[in-house]
Amino acid sequence: MKKLSLSKLNELFSALSQKGELYIPADEKNGQAKFTLWQEGLSMTENLNTVRSAKDLFFPQVEQMVDFKVSGKEIEIVENRHTAEDFIIFGVRACDAKSFEILDRVFLSEPVDTFYKERRDHATVVTLACDKPEETCFCTAFGIDASNPAGDVSAWKVGEELYLRANTEKGEKLLSSLNLEDADESAVEETKAEIKKTLEKLPFGKLNLNGFDGEHLMEKFNRPEWAELSEACLGCGTCTFVCPTCQCYDVKDFDTGSGVQRYRCWDSCMYSDFTMMAHGTNRPTQKERFRQRFMHKLVYFPSNNDGIYGCVGCGRCLQKCPIHMNIVKVAKTLGEGEK
Amino acid sequence: MQEVMKKALELLQNGTVSRILGWKTGDFFYDLTPAVFESAEEVEKDFVFSPFCGANLSKYLIKESRKEGKIAVFLKPCDSYSFVQLLKEHRIIRDNVYVVGVACDGMCDIEKMKELGVKGVTAVREDGENLVCETLYGEKTVARKDALLERCVSCKSKKVVMFDEMLGENGEENPESHRFDKVAELEAMTPDERFAFWQNELSRCIRCNACRNVCPACSCEKCVFDNANSGIANKAAVTSFEEQNFHIIRAFHVASRCTDCGECSRVCPQHIPLHLLNRKFIKDINELYGEYQAGADMDTKPPLMNFTKDDCEPSIVHERGGDK
Amino acid sequence: MQVNGEYKPTIVAFCCNWCSYAGADLSGTNRLTYPDNVKIIRIPCSCRLNPMFILRAFQRGADGVILCGCHPGDCHYTTGNYYARRRMTLLFSMLDFLGIERERTRVEWVSAAEGAKFAATMNEFTAQVAKLGENKRLEDLRCKK
Repeated sequence: MKKLSLSKLNELFSALSQKGELYIPADEKNGQAKFTLWQEGLSMTENLNTVRSAKDLFFPQVEQMVDFKVSGKEIEIVENRHTAEDFIIFGVRACDAKSFEILDRVFLSEPVDTFYKERRDHATVVTLACDKPEETCFCTAFGIDASNPAGDVSAWKVGEELYLRANTEKGEKLLSSLNLEDADESAVEETKAEIKKTLEKLPFGKLNLNGFDGEHLMEKFNRPEWAELSEACLGCGTCTFVCPTCQCYDVKDFDTGSGVQRYRCWDSCMYSDFTMMAHGTNRPTQKERFRQRFMHKLVYFPSNNDGIYGCVGCGRCLQKCPIHMNIVKVAKTLGEGEK
Repeated sequence: MQEVMKKALELLQNGTVSRILGWKTGDFFYDLTPAVFESAEEVEKDFVFSPFCGANLSKYLIKESRKEGKIAVFLKPCDSYSFVQLLKEHRIIRDNVYVVGVACDGMCDIEKMKELGVKGVTAVREDGENLVCETLYGEKTVARKDALLERCVSCKSKKVVMFDEMLGENGEENPESHRFDKVAELEAMTPDERFAFWQNELSRCIRCNACRNVCPACSCEKCVFDNANSGIANKAAVTSFEEQNFHIIRAFHVASRCTDCGECSRVCPQHIPLHLLNRKFIKDINELYGEYQAGADMDTKPPLMNFTKDDCEPSIVHERGGDK
Repeated sequence: MQVNGEYKPTIVAFCCNWCSYAGADLSGTNRLTYPDNVKIIRIPCSCRLNPMFILRAFQRGADGVILCGCHPGDCHYTTGNYYARRRMTLLFSMLDFLGIERERTRVEWVSAAEGAKFAATMNEFTAQVAKLGENKRLEDLRCKK
């Protein structure tokens, strides 16, 4: 365990940025936070979380894949993929850190997504314990401990100090290369306990997810409540685009006039043209689209991935849905717990 | 507020309608969802009318008025303009709708309250001019006027323009709304400043399409931006051009039909002031073709579906504003 | 576009089939010259011009876009150009609002008999856009060669 005075945070950022690009959650002009490339003068946000999740840094909304240059009858294939240099993400919350594990299961299983892997291999993740969880947080329902976040390095704010603990070899390497004071693990115990106390109070902290598994797939799929739950859904992609675990994308070609640029971009199962490229008979109404999203997170994903849910309880969709319909309301309606 | 629920129950029980379109309670008082209620039990359990009923219900009537039976809807003043505009465009079947107008003194925005530092809100209650929030970190009070939605701060009208029945006293249009102040402020900037302003705003767009999907004036069955055969369909803005293109066309497509209900800005997860684009069109129309309020009546033609022989030439854009 | 070290703007001229396109034709038969970097796109009526056509012309490398149609009152379809006039006024104003140079867009009414006006308009508009230089604010870098 290492420590540093919070007043020297800027110096820490400066030192970290020497080792590669450093991203920290910082306020934009509208007061909402975003993971931003650190430059001298940029300070960390007071907000609990960013609007867009940290997945952007591994799986950006738009990514170039390959170019095709056309001259006459010749087509030349030009590789233009992004090659990552080492970079550091500072201030990731426990929920987002867990989301990387979920994304890894999708992108790093065979066939490996080399675009994603490239960024993942070059990143060092520094997490930060949540001192002030929001009412929309329910990470505890997925067994995530916001008082003891994962990542290569975990950090805690304790009074005027920042404590850092390496969890992996990568983290060890990073911390040992910095000029930090040694500290004792016990220094953060009190903070951890305090956070735990707040986590206990979270209104959705004990969300009951019994019955959301492969065993009950058809039962959940056929529940009549889907019609009512999806009734007001606008069919926008807000929930999917702010979600740290949504991983669907579309591959598109752009005709530049002198060739073709192939890129991939996020797609949303909430959209009417989702998976239209494969066939013309995709989910016909918003009810089916809506059901797909929540079945994927709460039933399909766990039944294919050793019971791990495709949700980390970060609460972004709860905050941002224009009509306030969300995964918690779905789980409560279809689940076995209190309604 | 109880009055609204009572009315919903009464309409169901006396058989005037078979369904009610209203707002359904959530977990925290602020997280309401538009919903259709089919029985008195459902209404008693979940129906709510509160300062967080920002959502404009009129667009849901496109679908709901085509279903069997009559549906009652509660419309706030600004929603009623959207309703009339949709009627004018033959999108709603009037005979299947029973409109209850509700007086409104402004709706609140939880996002704005969070920006004011109210974090971890688990419950909200009204206390005169204040909203008292219970939070995970103790009680916090916010003045209601500081928590108002952007569109309510510069409310254009408290008049419900069409109703079968009115709850409370109908209000008046408010010509002193100052709703074009920000547009005028931008117009007074240099082109470079304006460009920088919009680049900053539009670059945050994540193309979630919430602004489009919530808009009562955007009611095409298939949007050009979703149509793979249109040549401009895109699911994410790859370049700044695509950001500009989407937002110019979105605003242009509803120009002269947009009632300025402000839903686009309310739903934007990235807090982009999209209503400014719509208001710019409204301001231009008012200045160039005479005052026009979309959805205010059933008779007037929207200015872009109309003309006069002595309209100004497009070169007026180059002439006004001088060096700016 | 750079031609022999000299900057030449790319101009897209949308011309209505009945008046302005014939006007362009007349200017040709009269051997009047206008810049060869003006690309004419024929449309059935000035009101066929979807605002997106203008934006896409800029995306695809235009530095200036001009719409030419029948004089108000002379529309082949009676009223098309009146609608186009309102639409273009609002669109140009919106582009200006977004900080995009307003000198890059123009509407001009050119009849079938006005070959000289067509050539003069194109010369003048090209010179006006040339002064502004390349379109940077509505460009799509992917489309640059």
